[in-house]
Amino acid sequence: MRTLIALVEDKPGVLNRVASLFRRRAFNIESLTVGHTEKSGVSRMTIVVDSKQTPVEQVTRNLYKLVNVIRVEDITDESTVMRDLALIKVSTEDGTRSEVMQLVETFRARVVDVSVDSVMIEVTGTEDKIDGLVEVLDTYGIKELVRTGRVAMVRGSSNGHSR
Amino acid sequence: MKRTGAQIVWEMLKREEVEVVFGIPGGAIMHTYHPRQEYGIRHILARHEQSAAHAADGYARVSGKVGVAMATSGPGATNLVTGIATAMMDSVPMVCITGQVPSHLIGTDAFQETDITGISLPITKHNYLVTDIDELASTLHKAFYVARSGRPGPVLIDLPKDIQKAETDFVPPEEEVELPGYHPVGPGDPTLVEKAAELIDQAERPVILAGHGVMMSGAMRELRKFVEKTNTPVAFTLLGKGGLPESHPLALGMMGMHGEAYVNHAIQEADLLLAFGMRFDDRVTGNLEHYAPNAKKIQVDLDAAELNKIVAVDVPILGDLRHVLDQLLPRVERQTHPEWLGRIETWREDSHRRDIVKRPENGNLIAPQVVNAIWESTGGEAIMVTDVGQHQMWAAQYYRSDNPNYLVTSGGLGTMGFGLPAAIGAQVGQPEREVWAVVGDGGFQMTIHDLATVAQEQLPVRIALSNNSYLGMVRQWQEFFYNERYEATDLWANPDFVKLVEAYGIRSWRVTSPDEMQPAIDEARAHDGPSFIEFQVVQTGEEGNVYPMVPSGAALHEMIRRPIPEETFKEGE
Repeated sequence: MRTLIALVEDKPGVLNRVASLFRRRAFNIESLTVGHTEKSGVSRMTIVVDSKQTPVEQVTRNLYKLVNVIRVEDITDESTVMRDLALIKVSTEDGTRSEVMQLVETFRARVVDVSVDSVMIEVTGTEDKIDGLVEVLDTYGIKELVRTGRVAMVRGSSNGHSR
Repeated sequence: MKRTGAQIVWEMLKREEVEVVFGIPGGAIMHTYHPRQEYGIRHILARHEQSAAHAADGYARVSGKVGVAMATSGPGATNLVTGIATAMMDSVPMVCITGQVPSHLIGTDAFQETDITGISLPITKHNYLVTDIDELASTLHKAFYVARSGRPGPVLIDLPKDIQKAETDFVPPEEEVELPGYHPVGPGDPTLVEKAAELIDQAERPVILAGHGVMMSGAMRELRKFVEKTNTPVAFTLLGKGGLPESHPLALGMMGMHGEAYVNHAIQEADLLLAFGMRFDDRVTGNLEHYAPNAKKIQVDLDAAELNKIVAVDVPILGDLRHVLDQLLPRVERQTHPEWLGRIETWREDSHRRDIVKRPENGNLIAPQVVNAIWESTGGEAIMVTDVGQHQMWAAQYYRSDNPNYLVTSGGLGTMGFGLPAAIGAQVGQPEREVWAVVGDGGFQMTIHDLATVAQEQLPVRIALSNNSYLGMVRQWQEFFYNERYEATDLWANPDFVKLVEAYGIRSWRVTSPDEMQPAIDEARAHDGPSFIEFQVVQTGEEGNVYPMVPSGAALHEMIRRPIPEETFKEGE
């Protein structure tokens, strides 16, 4: 897996252009997140590419062909912080709430909503960590799950615009 | 000064030095059409929007300017699609302006609404939906800049009707275009250029693969200097023909599926390939596993995504070819390569022995002979526009020229129906030059309605119809690879083409035997105005097939060759 950061112009249809490019060139992507940055008019995409099936070099070069793409960087080999966020609704029907709470504690996650027979958990971390929590919670019955996909940032003082 | 969106369109087209627009008006674009005459820009009324796009394309290819096509929303816009995709595949600078339903109706499935920016997204270099009248002028300026710079391509601008009607103070945009994510490249990386020069100096059997990029970059002179200093023979892609004068002793001919056998042999035997502005299309390489197995490869392209896309190369140089050749020229040593050039000459002689137009006349009218006769008559000075199919390959094999940008043909997309409308555009773009459109009976009928455009504009296009009453190239494949089952390729219900074309008021000739061929060509050339000749050519058999042919999936040297005449005789007994 390779992690790419793409800085793009914040204009209508840009996400469509990027998604359409991946589809048209048969590039396989694991996840794609997009959001605002510290600079107005610029959005940032974190794209995780399965490098076994898709030549990452070609992904980068084709992204650059899009007029709205300002900068693309493969940060896989850099020292980075990578995070995924998940919201997980777990069943606590059989009086298992305290067990689930303990797991939440262990994984440094948080309970953000409690109802009679379920709890909602928020967890942030690497994909591995979230996978681990999901796996153990699965035995209690996961009613609903949503993950943001990976976001990433290179450590140190430089930023994606000037580097 | 207040201007409407419609006026700003023409004001900007004038500033971009547009002389002519090809199009068809309709409900959502007529407001833009309305003030045209006040700006003195010519409009050529096509009979189908696809033809308008192809005409803009043909115009761009011969004039070096940006071609402009205009259409209404919905079906007008979708009809442009084939023309846009054709231009995209062949890197032709084009701007398409489409009308759109008023902004407040977008997304409501209004009458003649279609999402043309969505539809054209993968087949344009870039596209725009204008949502603010104050961005219209700068959007048009950017569109032309993007279309013509870097690797050229089509750009579409979708213009809602309310934007066309809205008024604003017209402020001409800054000359310099600022696009944060768009930076065309210049010279190549000096280290890589140095590495390339080393490989060139070491090579014993080099071949240049000259693509469309040579002419797009305007590198014809630089290429010639390089070729003459290093004595490197040049193979052309279909769109690369004309990058070096084809009468030059080092100009070999076309490579690939229907390329000359001696050219393909040279590529397969080479120890160095210099890919200049070409992209290793599958029609050019044949089976990749066995492609030029002993050759080191240098590729120069201004599109980074073309480097190492198909063929892994030893030296990929990102840069504008003209600059890179300028960098290379002083770094390479003078070479002669007598042995290598001698070997290629032997292969070339073998090809000449098999050449069908060199056979003694046998009373059969064959399509290669027709192209050859047009070539001899015009001395290669005419602009040659083709449609797509067998006749296109014969045109590529038998029409040669010392002029760049003389061949107008749909290479990448292989768009049947391209020929006639592209010839219209070519004639408009080069009004003083002789323009021939060589078309087949299949493709001709896909855009035949634009004979009305030819007649209306009285464009002196010469149309040569090679009529074999078949979808000939598909028929040939069926003969070779599909057990001679001719599924849906027989065009037995073809019209009387001479009568049909005459119905448009265009002078027509019919040729059914070789002795009628030259007189008809002479008369058509002498005729003042559009002219049409139907050549009823051999339909099937060896004389009706294109040779050589690299079967799909075969290596480049594994060609089906045209039998040499003695063998034909023996087989006939």
